[in-house]
Amino acid sequence: MKPVLEVKHLSKRYILNRQQQSYLTIRDSLSGFFKRSQKKEDFWALDDICLDIFEGDIVGIVGKNGAGKSTLLKILSRITPPTLGTIVARGRIASMLEVGTGFHPELTGRDNIYLNGSILGMRRKEVNRNFDAIVEFAGIGRFVDTLLKHYSSGMQSRLAFAVAAFLENEILIVDEVLAVGDAEFQKKCMAKMGDISHSGRTILFVSHNITAIETLCKKGALLEKGKLTAFGAIGSVISKYTSNEAACGGSNGRYTFEGFEKESVVSEIEFICDGRHSETLAMGGEFEVRVHFKSVVELKNPMLGLIIYDEFHAPVLFFNNNHYGVSFTKGPTKGGVLKVRCPSMLLMAGNYSADIYLSTPFVDLDIKKGLLFRIEPKHFLEHGEMLPQRHNTFFMKDLEWAYEPEHYSA
Amino acid sequence: MRLQMEYVIKPKSDLSLGLEELWEFRELFFFFTWRDVKIKYKQAVLGIFWAILQPLFMTVIFSTLLGKAINDQTHLPIPYPVFVLSGLLLWGIFSGGMTNAADSMIANANIIKKIYFPRLVIPLSAVLAACVDFLMALAIFFAMIVWYQVPVSGAGIWVIPLAVLQASVAAAGVGIFFAALNVKYRDFRYIIPFLMQSLMFLTPVVYPVSIADNGVVQKLLQLNPMAGALELFRGVFRDYIINWETVGASALSCAVFFTVGIFYFRKAETHFADIA
Repeated sequence: MKPVLEVKHLSKRYILNRQQQSYLTIRDSLSGFFKRSQKKEDFWALDDICLDIFEGDIVGIVGKNGAGKSTLLKILSRITPPTLGTIVARGRIASMLEVGTGFHPELTGRDNIYLNGSILGMRRKEVNRNFDAIVEFAGIGRFVDTLLKHYSSGMQSRLAFAVAAFLENEILIVDEVLAVGDAEFQKKCMAKMGDISHSGRTILFVSHNITAIETLCKKGALLEKGKLTAFGAIGSVISKYTSNEAACGGSNGRYTFEGFEKESVVSEIEFICDGRHSETLAMGGEFEVRVHFKSVVELKNPMLGLIIYDEFHAPVLFFNNNHYGVSFTKGPTKGGVLKVRCPSMLLMAGNYSADIYLSTPFVDLDIKKGLLFRIEPKHFLEHGEMLPQRHNTFFMKDLEWAYEPEHYSA
Repeated sequence: MRLQMEYVIKPKSDLSLGLEELWEFRELFFFFTWRDVKIKYKQAVLGIFWAILQPLFMTVIFSTLLGKAINDQTHLPIPYPVFVLSGLLLWGIFSGGMTNAADSMIANANIIKKIYFPRLVIPLSAVLAACVDFLMALAIFFAMIVWYQVPVSGAGIWVIPLAVLQASVAAAGVGIFFAALNVKYRDFRYIIPFLMQSLMFLTPVVYPVSIADNGVVQKLLQLNPMAGALELFRGVFRDYIINWETVGASALSCAVFFTVGIFYFRKAETHFADIA
């Protein structure tokens, strides 16, 4: 049997132009014509990848930030061409790099289903056939003829996933789309993905959520710095990935970003847990995040935001400095370190991941996703029993308990 | 076994028009156009009102200020207000279509970065949306014809579609070229409004080609890709004699613009997602 996807010696090079802004302008091109050529650097985001994927395979792709996962998916979905190498695909590829692409707030749910479906490559006949099932799956029922802008964000993402879930393409490329909706809907999504895989279609799945990958995928591929370092049974790939993480000391709370993406502004993120560089802190411990950034243009009023997810990738915390009425700088800045410190982290023990984003009030500058950290169980008081892990996401430190005896009047 | 569709993803696609693929995605044309039109005409009354108001208002201005001067010089066979409205309406396809198309790639950057489909669909459907505006405004054109009692020729049945076709092709050719430039050079968009204004006065919209008494200038005007479309469109009037030389020369230059635009776009499109 021929593989449905043959990836042969695939490489992708980005040319870094350190002095340049992210956009070309005619003005700069004209003036640059007279200048000496600027310093350029090559960066190989993917380096000689060879993969054969067969019909019905569900392949989980794992790797750290910047390992080339997204680049691989972008090439597979034909959004950007490779620099070297070829891919032979036998079947229609549908990519879900993001759910709800092309959704328009001024159209109704019904209109958006047709629009989004057709952008994803569905025929109108296919949408017609699956329309009721999509509405049912998304659970939007009687709101189908309401404008999308009146939907809650949960409804919007459920609808978006529902449309994508009914694609009939032979090869599906899925990037972290499960990060939508509440726990119940996520369960439904996972079940749907399972169904899709039983129908003999091929799925490529990228996620930072190791648990999800382990349950869903049978095969895995590990990317490290643009190279394919492991391919095979999912168990062995994940254990290699996690042991590598551990071997380099779990990166010791430091994440550096070589930044091949032109828009990369964040150069390093440090986690300081209980006063040292680490990704592990105890319940109720101190947690500090330091974000190093540099920018070509001056930034007015940079904003730092965090989204913290639990191990099932359900968001548990979202906040930025504006929520706390803090602005970091008075004047414009071109770089520095933004810090946020929580003296006492009141999350229960478990594995968490953080998305950290840097923005200005008008532009999102950079986002770094899936930075892992761990909270160890610890008794936050010297006495009493341990809090049960089940039923608790957070805990409270200073609860006051009291008993007042009732006074009976004689 | 399912129908097997095999294709290869390679470093650089060879320079083809990819017509087969465009046909494959024909429904997407409809949906993009439908989206643009639906949002624009969401409040139907206001939408139609805007589509009609602009050309009507311009007609009043040009007729009051220039009508007499141009009529004296060129002896138009039809009343000037009808003449200038016919020009402005068709020009609307070009200016609206070209501006929409030039902006379209940036406006849809979020889709381009996430999903693959033939990129040409986006600017082409932007032009189609401008044609819908034209159809709305056509009502006022016929009302004017009746009001001024201008005799109409039976040829209208085929000259109007032909004129619309040529105007769309001209708008698409230039618009596609600009759309690709717009992605690459972000300051290009500031030139477009200025360019559009200049182009309108370089095109026989508010005056006939015969206004130029210099033969060379007349020849240059005939090479304007929109000149032929306007000439054809005015064939709807019984007393207007179509200058076939203009139609031919203009159609030829229109084809050249369109080909150059499409090939430049196809060449540039592979890297849109990296720079958009």
